[in-house]
Amino acid sequence: MAEAPIRTSELAAEYGLRDDDLLRMYRLVALARAIDERMWVLNRSGKAAFVISGQGHEGAQVGIVASLRPGFDWLVPYYRSIAAVLTFGMTPRDILLAQFARAPDPSSGGRQMPGHYGSAAHNILTTSSPVATQLLHAVGIALAAKIRRTGQVALTELGDGSSNQGDFHEGLNFAGIHRLPVVFVVENNGYAISVPMSLQVAIPNIADRAAAYGFPGVVVDGGDVLACYRAGREAIDRARRGEGPTLIEAKVTRLTPHSSDDQQTKYRPPEELEAERRRDALPRFRQQLRDAGVLDEAREAAIAAEVKATVDDATDWAERQPEPDPATALRHVYAAPEAE
Amino acid sequence: MPVKTFIEAIRDTLAAEMRRDASVIVLGEDVGLKGGVFLATDGLFAEFGPERVIDTPLTESMIVGASIGAAVNGLRPVPEIQFADFILPAFNQIVSEAAKMRYRSNGTFGCPITIRAPYGGGVHGALYHSQSVEAYFTHVPGLKVVIPSTPHDAAGLLRSAIRDPDPVLFFEHKKMYRSVRGEVPDGDYTVPLGTAQVTRSGTQITVVAYGLMAHYALEAAEQVAAEGISVEVIDVRTLRPLDLDTLLSSVRRTGKCVVVYEDNKFGGYGAEIAATLAEQAFDFLDGPILRVAGPDVPAVPYAHALEDWFMVNPDKIAAGIRRLAAY
Repeated sequence: MAEAPIRTSELAAEYGLRDDDLLRMYRLVALARAIDERMWVLNRSGKAAFVISGQGHEGAQVGIVASLRPGFDWLVPYYRSIAAVLTFGMTPRDILLAQFARAPDPSSGGRQMPGHYGSAAHNILTTSSPVATQLLHAVGIALAAKIRRTGQVALTELGDGSSNQGDFHEGLNFAGIHRLPVVFVVENNGYAISVPMSLQVAIPNIADRAAAYGFPGVVVDGGDVLACYRAGREAIDRARRGEGPTLIEAKVTRLTPHSSDDQQTKYRPPEELEAERRRDALPRFRQQLRDAGVLDEAREAAIAAEVKATVDDATDWAERQPEPDPATALRHVYAAPEAE
Repeated sequence: MPVKTFIEAIRDTLAAEMRRDASVIVLGEDVGLKGGVFLATDGLFAEFGPERVIDTPLTESMIVGASIGAAVNGLRPVPEIQFADFILPAFNQIVSEAAKMRYRSNGTFGCPITIRAPYGGGVHGALYHSQSVEAYFTHVPGLKVVIPSTPHDAAGLLRSAIRDPDPVLFFEHKKMYRSVRGEVPDGDYTVPLGTAQVTRSGTQITVVAYGLMAHYALEAAEQVAAEGISVEVIDVRTLRPLDLDTLLSSVRRTGKCVVVYEDNKFGGYGAEIAATLAEQAFDFLDGPILRVAGPDVPAVPYAHALEDWFMVNPDKIAAGIRRLAAY
């Protein structure tokens, strides 16, 4: 926390970090989880028609995205990227504005379903619902970065299901040919809605597909925040050095149904759901930081209180914001001024 | 004033825009050393190099998807789809992404790309090298669709398209590439998107067309002029946004309208023109709005006799004009 002296534990030193970096990452994982849980409460209490969740993915997102340069590099997210967009500079209020579909929502002004994040101010590209389309946009952003010699890196996130789309393979192929500064992050939670990995791919690791496109594929435990940090940093550094793309496959877990309209107990046995809880990054990271002496009870409680206050503020504030005016719904079809 | 073929006008304009603006790049299949299968990009690779004239793998979705990303990060990509028939793998990127990027981000992201593609029949291209695909895209708010018919307009509209902040589909009739010539001014002129042009003045019937059909409409008008039918011809030039004012002011004078398009008739672009004129010029109409269009088969067949059967030509247009004139 701010008042504490900046120190470097053995754990932090092992990753070239300081303790405040670890605490910042821990706070982001905890914050993303708390916002996500709030979104479900809002949905179940009738205040938000839809939720799509990132629970179980937060550790991988925070760890991998931590090495990007916010506002300079590009993040091309997908609908589970809550923790990633928070790490890259969006605020809890921004997320809650999207959840309530309020007029000031920076992602879409309430036009899109919740979870479709984007922010021009942060170099976070606007998101759609068709899957894997965004991967090609990251490739194009990286192509422009290379041609313009900006030094930027583009990082895109997608799910295991998306890795079967043609756009995934077309994009990896082109990025490999031109050694583009792009990082592909597949967050493999084992399911494409209800379809398990065994019916999606014939190989154990999606990362292995990178070999066909001439660049490294890395498998990382998505429940291990610091392993994800290391994998992300290496891939981002490699891209920035001009050595080309990396495919990171983070093995994560999906703690919630696909969305608020899904019932996952229909296709996932209770034992599996119970076992998956143990792969969750949040308690694992907490324990790791306790064991390393980075997190003590007082600090843990202070972070928890600050996170709760932040989420409460974001919720209450966002709910009070105005709904979009239908009189504005014709705007922004084209850049030219529109008739009202 | 220099006289150029249709394709020379396009090629010269691409080169001029790339000289003017370092952010303009060209990417597509065979656009590099070969200069494109029709040679629309011939010479660009030599002048601008492999970084700005990019030979891609056979991946139409990637060609458009990467163009969208590159546009977001400061470039003005001009992707080429080798034949309009092959644009369908990119349909999702064009319709779900390029068209909606501005709207879905509440105006905070744009997508300045110009997708060029040769379209149209009459060159023995058969089912998969002859299609007219404009109706798939004119239906979609957020896209602009341009189909020029003269070298002058091709140059002026292509400049406008490349400089436009929104995604533009720029369809070039391949039969016109070398068969159509015309004067092209040397200067840096533009033809604004969304402006139709009256290419022949007349008093009794308005014929609305675009692309190759804009030429055939003029030939048909000449045919029936000898029979005393006075035809006004309008070249639409930009299908979306449509210059409805020019169409309405003509049809309100003539009271009769034939809409010509090469695509099959059912649900084609001309249906939108016919419906809009029926809504907004009904009180002035003196007969049904007729469509002269391709037959409703899935695509253009190959054999000479079959292709001739498919293609709209000046005789078929003239027959439509005579039928309407009889009202």
